[in-house]
This record gives sequence, C-alpha cells and structure tokens, in this order.
Amino acid sequence: MGLIVSLGAVLAIVVVAWIGGQVPGLQGLFGIVVPYVAFVTFLFGFMYKVVNWARSPVPFRIPTTGGQEFSLPWIKWSKLDNPSTTAGVVGRMALEILLFRSLFRNTRAEHRSGWLIYGPSKWLWLAALGFHYAFFTIAIRHLRLFTQPIPGLIEAIDKIDGMFQIGAPPIYITDVVFILAVGFLFCRRLFLPKVRYISLPADYFPLFLLLAIGTTGILMRFFFRVDIVNVKALAMGLASFHPVIPEGIGAIFFIHITLVSSLFAYFPFSKLMHMGGVFMSPTRNLANNSRMKMHINPWRTPPKFHTYEEYEEKYRDLMKDAGIPLERE
Amino acid sequence: MKDLTPQEMLRIDLHPPKTPWMDIPVKIKPGVYCYPAKPEKLEVVGMPHPHKWSPLDDDWGLPEDWKEIVLNGMRERLEKYRSFKIFMDICVRCGACADKCHFFLGSGDPKNMPVVRAELIRSVYRGEFTRAGRILGRLAGGRKLTEDVLKEIWYYMFQCTECRRCSLFCPYGIDTAEVTIIGRELINLLGLNINWIQEPVANCYETGNHLGLLPHTFKQNIEFMCMDIEEFVGIKIDPPFNRKGAEILFVTPSGDIFADPGIYTLSGYLMLFEHLGLDYTWSTYACEGGNFGFFTSMEMAQRLNAKIYHEAKRLGVKWILGGECGHMWRVVHQYMATFNGPADFLEEPVSPITGTKFENAKSTKMVHISEFTADLIKHNKLKLDKSRNDHLKVTFHDSCNPSRGMGMFEEPRYIIKNVCNNFYEMPENTIREQTFCCGSGAGLNAGENMEIRLRGGLPRANAVKYVHERFGVNMLACVCAIDRAVLPASMSYWVPEVKVAGVSELVGNALIMEGENERSVDLRGEPIPGRGEEEVSEDV
Repeated sequence: MGLIVSLGAVLAIVVVAWIGGQVPGLQGLFGIVVPYVAFVTFLFGFMYKVVNWARSPVPFRIPTTGGQEFSLPWIKWSKLDNPSTTAGVVGRMALEILLFRSLFRNTRAEHRSGWLIYGPSKWLWLAALGFHYAFFTIAIRHLRLFTQPIPGLIEAIDKIDGMFQIGAPPIYITDVVFILAVGFLFCRRLFLPKVRYISLPADYFPLFLLLAIGTTGILMRFFFRVDIVNVKALAMGLASFHPVIPEGIGAIFFIHITLVSSLFAYFPFSKLMHMGGVFMSPTRNLANNSRMKMHINPWRTPPKFHTYEEYEEKYRDLMKDAGIPLERE
Repeated sequence: MKDLTPQEMLRIDLHPPKTPWMDIPVKIKPGVYCYPAKPEKLEVVGMPHPHKWSPLDDDWGLPEDWKEIVLNGMRERLEKYRSFKIFMDICVRCGACADKCHFFLGSGDPKNMPVVRAELIRSVYRGEFTRAGRILGRLAGGRKLTEDVLKEIWYYMFQCTECRRCSLFCPYGIDTAEVTIIGRELINLLGLNINWIQEPVANCYETGNHLGLLPHTFKQNIEFMCMDIEEFVGIKIDPPFNRKGAEILFVTPSGDIFADPGIYTLSGYLMLFEHLGLDYTWSTYACEGGNFGFFTSMEMAQRLNAKIYHEAKRLGVKWILGGECGHMWRVVHQYMATFNGPADFLEEPVSPITGTKFENAKSTKMVHISEFTADLIKHNKLKLDKSRNDHLKVTFHDSCNPSRGMGMFEEPRYIIKNVCNNFYEMPENTIREQTFCCGSGAGLNAGENMEIRLRGGLPRANAVKYVHERFGVNMLACVCAIDRAVLPASMSYWVPEVKVAGVSELVGNALIMEGENERSVDLRGEPIPGRGEEEVSEDV
C-alpha cells in the first residue's frame, strides 16, 4: 500500500508540473513561486527542527563505546571508536559523517544447520555512501547554473565528473552512481523481506522522488534537450531575487524543478532530517569520560532514598547481634 | 515450552510475514512475558498506581486517564532527553539493526527487530505528536495510542535487555536501550512493571540489596564463604563490615553473596583483599552494586544508587572499588556522578599497592575490580600459579554494559591470560563491542520467561558451542553477576559441558597466598586434576 501511494504521490507531482509548465500563466507559479516557497520551507523547517532538538538537554553521557576505553597507561586505547577527548569525538564524528563508520560494521546473520553465521555485508554501506556523495556532487555541479562567472572549483568538479567523455554531452559519473545507488536502495526495500516489513510510505516516497529527480535530470540532458541558456537565466534570476521566466523552456524542466522543490519542502518534516540529526546523536557525539569529568544534569532533583540513619533505626537489633558497628548503640 | 528440545528451538525463521506489522495484533505468550509487579512492592518505593492485574487478562486495571498519563509522560520525556527526541525523528528504517538483536535471532519474532521495537513507540509519537501523523495517520506511519498498542509496547519493552548491540551498528547511533528505558518509564507510570524487577527494587530500597538479605544475613553469607576458603585454601579471613576509616569501600552485586557460581567470585575477592592486606570494608547498607532501578526509571536508578556515595561519606573512605557486574558498571560509569555527585568528599583513586593513579576514574572515584587487578598483575604484585587452572579451557564473554557503555575489553583478558594457560576467543562478531547479551539482562532473568531467555541466549551460546567443539572450551568466564546467574541455565540447555565463572574466581584459584595449603581443590571444593585428591573427596 505504501508503495503505491508513494508512487502515486510522485506521479501526481509530475503530472501537475507537466501541465502547469505548459500553461503560460502558470509557468511563473512553477518556475518561481514553488521553488521560493520550497526553499524557504526547507531553510526554516530545518532550522526549526534542529533548534527544537537542541532545546531538549542531554542529561546523561551515553556514548556507545565501540572499542577499548581510556584506562591504564599500558593498555592500548581505541581513540576513535571510544574517544574520551574532544579531538577524539571530532575524529569519530568525521568517520561517521564522511565514511559512515557504523554502517561499515554491518554484518548479515544467518541460521545454517544449527549455527549462527555472521558474514560481512557492505552493500548497504557502499550504496549509501555512493548515493550521498553522488547527490552531493550533483548539487554542487548545479551551482554552475546559479553563478556567473562560474567558480573554478565548480567547473573543475563538472569536468572531473564528466571525464570519461562518453556520449555527447558526456555522461556524468555521479548520474550513473546516483541512479544505481538509489535503485539498489529501492530494490532492497522491495525484495528483502525484513526491510520490506519495516518500510513505510515515508520510506518509499523519498526514493521515488529521488528517482524521478534523477530521471528527469538525465532526460533533460540527453533526450528532451532544454535550452540551457534559458534555464540558466531562470536560475540566475532566482538567485539574484529578480526572477524571470524566459521563453521556450521545455515542460520537462518544470517537472524537474517541481520535484526538486517537493524534496526541499518535504525534507524538514521527514526522516531525511537524519542529515541534521546525525550530528546531534548523543551516543556518538559525546566523549566517554564520565568517570573522569563531572557532568551536570540540568533537571536533576535530589533523590529520595532510604538513608543510613533510617536503615540503622530499622535493623539496629539485628546489626547489634551480628556484631556490625553502629552509629548509636 | 520446557519440552522444546534445542533442535526444536532452533527452527527459527528470520523471514517476517507479508502483513504489515501494524496489522498483526499482539499475542502475549507464556514463556515470554514476566509476571506483574505485586502492588505492595510498588508501594514501598511510592511508585504510581499499584494494583493487581494479569497480562493475560483483557482488562489490565488501567486508571481512567491512562492515555493522558502516557502521552503527558512522553511529552515530558521528549523535553528532558535530546536522545529520545532525535531517535523519534531520524530513523530511516535502513534495517542495519534488524539482525543484530539476540532476541530476534533467537526467536524470529519480527517485532524483536530493534527497528520495530522502537517503531512501536515511534508510531505513537507520529500519530499523537506530529501534525502529519495526526492528519494522515497510517499514511504518515502514525497510530493512536490504544490499549492494544499499550499492551504491545509492554510486551516488547520487556523483551529487550538494553544491551545496545543494535546501537553500535546504527548509522545515526539510535540506541534502542534508550527507547526501552523511556518506554519502561512510561509503563511504570501505570503500575505495570514486572515483579522480577520491582521486587529487587523494593528490597534494594529497604535492605540495601536486591535479594532482601538482612544485615546479619549479608554478613553471615560472606562469613560462610570465608569458612569455605579456610577449608579449601587453608587461610582464615575475617572480613570487615561497616568499618569507619577504611581506605576503600567495596561494593559488588548481591548476586555474588548469594548463589553459585557468583559466590566463588566472592571468594576470589576475599582472598585477593586478604592477600594484599587491603584497608577496605564491606557495607551492609550499601551492599548492592547492581541497580534494578535502572530497569524501572532514571529516578529509581538514582534513588538506589544514592546509597553508595552516602555510605562512602559516612564511613569516611577515600575511594570506592566495585565488583564484577554489567549494568552496575553502566550506571557507575555513565550515570553515577551525574546522579549523585560530585563525589568531592572522596579522593582520586590510587592503588595502595602499586601507587597507580586511576586517571579514568578521577571524578566518579570508583574503580572496577578488573582495572584494579590488572594493574596489580602488571606490577608483579601477585604470585600466580596458572597451572591450577589448567583443567579449564576458558573463553571470555564480554558483558554488554562494560562493553558498549564503558569499553572495558583488555583488562579482564589480561587477567585471564595471566591466571590461565588455556584461553580461546569466540568468533570476532560475537565478542568485544559486538558481544551478544546473555539473553536475560535488564531484569529479564525471571523463571517464567525461560523460553525467551533461552532464545535470547542462543547467539551467545552458539558462539560458546563453537569454541567448545573446536578447542574443548569448558569454562565461560565473565565479569557480570547476571551472567553468572543466568548463563548456567543457558549453557546447560545449549552447551551442557560448559560452566560459568567470574574472572575473580579464576584469580583466586591461581593466587599463591602466604600460609596456604597445597591447594588440591579449587574454590568450588572440586579436586584440581593431577593434584592427588581425585578420589578422596567422595569418601569423606
């Protein structure tokens, strides 16, 4: 059910944008208003979410320790998987965010004739890493549409990405990786029973959206060519707050930009916020130094407990008979 | 269930059904659920809504405004814990955690996949707290909190041992233990705790220990072990209790004072301290290192934990030494100072024997016995005869909490390698930070839930079986009192040839004490092969 609803939602966006992009009066809506609204929603939604998380305190130090703690001087300490210094935490977070360290640990457990077998399982890690880096590079590449002159770095990335010179215009490596990786993530959701079992519409929808964005992007470049000069004029207009709708931009462009806008607008209200959350996860971004350094819980209240005095009062005779020292005989 | 053979138990299908999990109603099964808390045990500590009820009844005797209580409780905890708030929002359901849980691997129940366990609560969060969920319901992955949903949450919160194995593999560090801890707090707002947790909590509050040992019994039990030591080792020990002015307060889980094989670990402590002439004391008041309050609510954990510093202050000790225990060490390491510190009335711990400063404990001022012992061995302060453990082929089970909530891996291994000649590691995906739970942690070591305990214990037992068949391993060493209490049952079911021992017991076996006898038996009173007493013991 989630699958069909999600697919339907993405197709609906495509159809609406397709029609809208062909009605001259509506081009302004889909080319200017929708992107602006989406971007603002993304910006403020993202900030709201992060600030809202930050408003809840971190009362206890709960890092998940993934290696030997800092201990006796002759014991080798796992500085990155079990950091107890700020530098170590920065290192651990860098590994987590740039290389998906935890996902890299992934294993696959199986029952085989009475034995539990654990095999390495790196495909999810590879696809996840591939997808995120490809998407990031694609986003950077797109900045060439929003800048004039185009910064050298962006030009360089664009060149490297297309360096294989296959086809005209050349195929981007990241486009291929993007489609393959998202396709893989989609297939495992569909065909691995465990993953299918846990999947919600909120899992299928972003995948369909990403696939649609990638597909329309590629279609625009190779099949339904759009006038890149006009697209750039529109993008520059958006970026400089003097939006214009140039003549003769193909319908496919309006579909693409509306899909991207949908992604932006959807982002802060969805699981995609893991992008912000991963930085703030208390099991990863805290140093394992809670026996070394005093940490304060801002909402701590003094505990009500059974004091020694009450204890001795209650058990004085028993303690006396047993020869246990007392405060008061 | 008692009749299930291991072969039958092993028929586990890890493939979930096609029906979405929200459409499969919960079925509470004997052998899996634990008995409810007795009302009087809730009353002792002033916990809300004590009442008689049964998980198998339709009517759980909930208060009229139960839904409001739970939702307000959730709201409050979302404001108090950033962890909870973030973990409710960012799971992408990638499934990396799915096959990391011992309960899932042992039972095949798909709701024991960590992601689903958390989704049980997350779905309520979405359905009751987010706008999209309130409007779109199921489409946004949300559902309303109903009695059936509550029962499902209850059932699965008590099938999680808070071992954190899943959190190690999560790309965002989502910690199911954190979700379970908060889930159980919510359950406790309605008086729905299980008795196996609640009774120890009540006991610990009053008598100072989970077992409810009264002061004189606590002392007697330790003295009984001293009699055993005198018989087996030839050394007379007179341990100090509630002694003011001692340098060190020693606190261990009360399980070590009570039952086989934990009591032999206790013997190990007693002999070590006697050998060193350590200036220390036991306390009959702060006589529990374990903390079942931690399986109830943060508040209860704090209330039970408070006794340790309170007693340390009264006795005027310099620092605290802690025995072998799992969750005790998560509480000590990650929570204790924040709960009840700062411990500025204590001094930074220094070993009186070696002069080593325990830098890693300088604020909380509590040192793990394995850290203490490893340091002694490193400085050649112990004379050890490894060959007394030669009849043992030892493997080491990393307990969840010291592993993933502290990171103590090398110290116990260093000790074992110095007191035993035969040490074999289990496969790497089952040890150290990837270690598997015993299957009965977090207060789930009751008798009535034995089936799920054995199922949860399967991944650990399976790895033990591997080293047993490959290397002839016959002893599973550990540094956790719950392990010592529950692994014997798991072993006798899955790998009957393997016994369980605390690391300090192995130290006690190897320790050469001044004035000791020829040591023909070990701390259990069993003949050590090749030491000439094989036949004697039966004839006495």
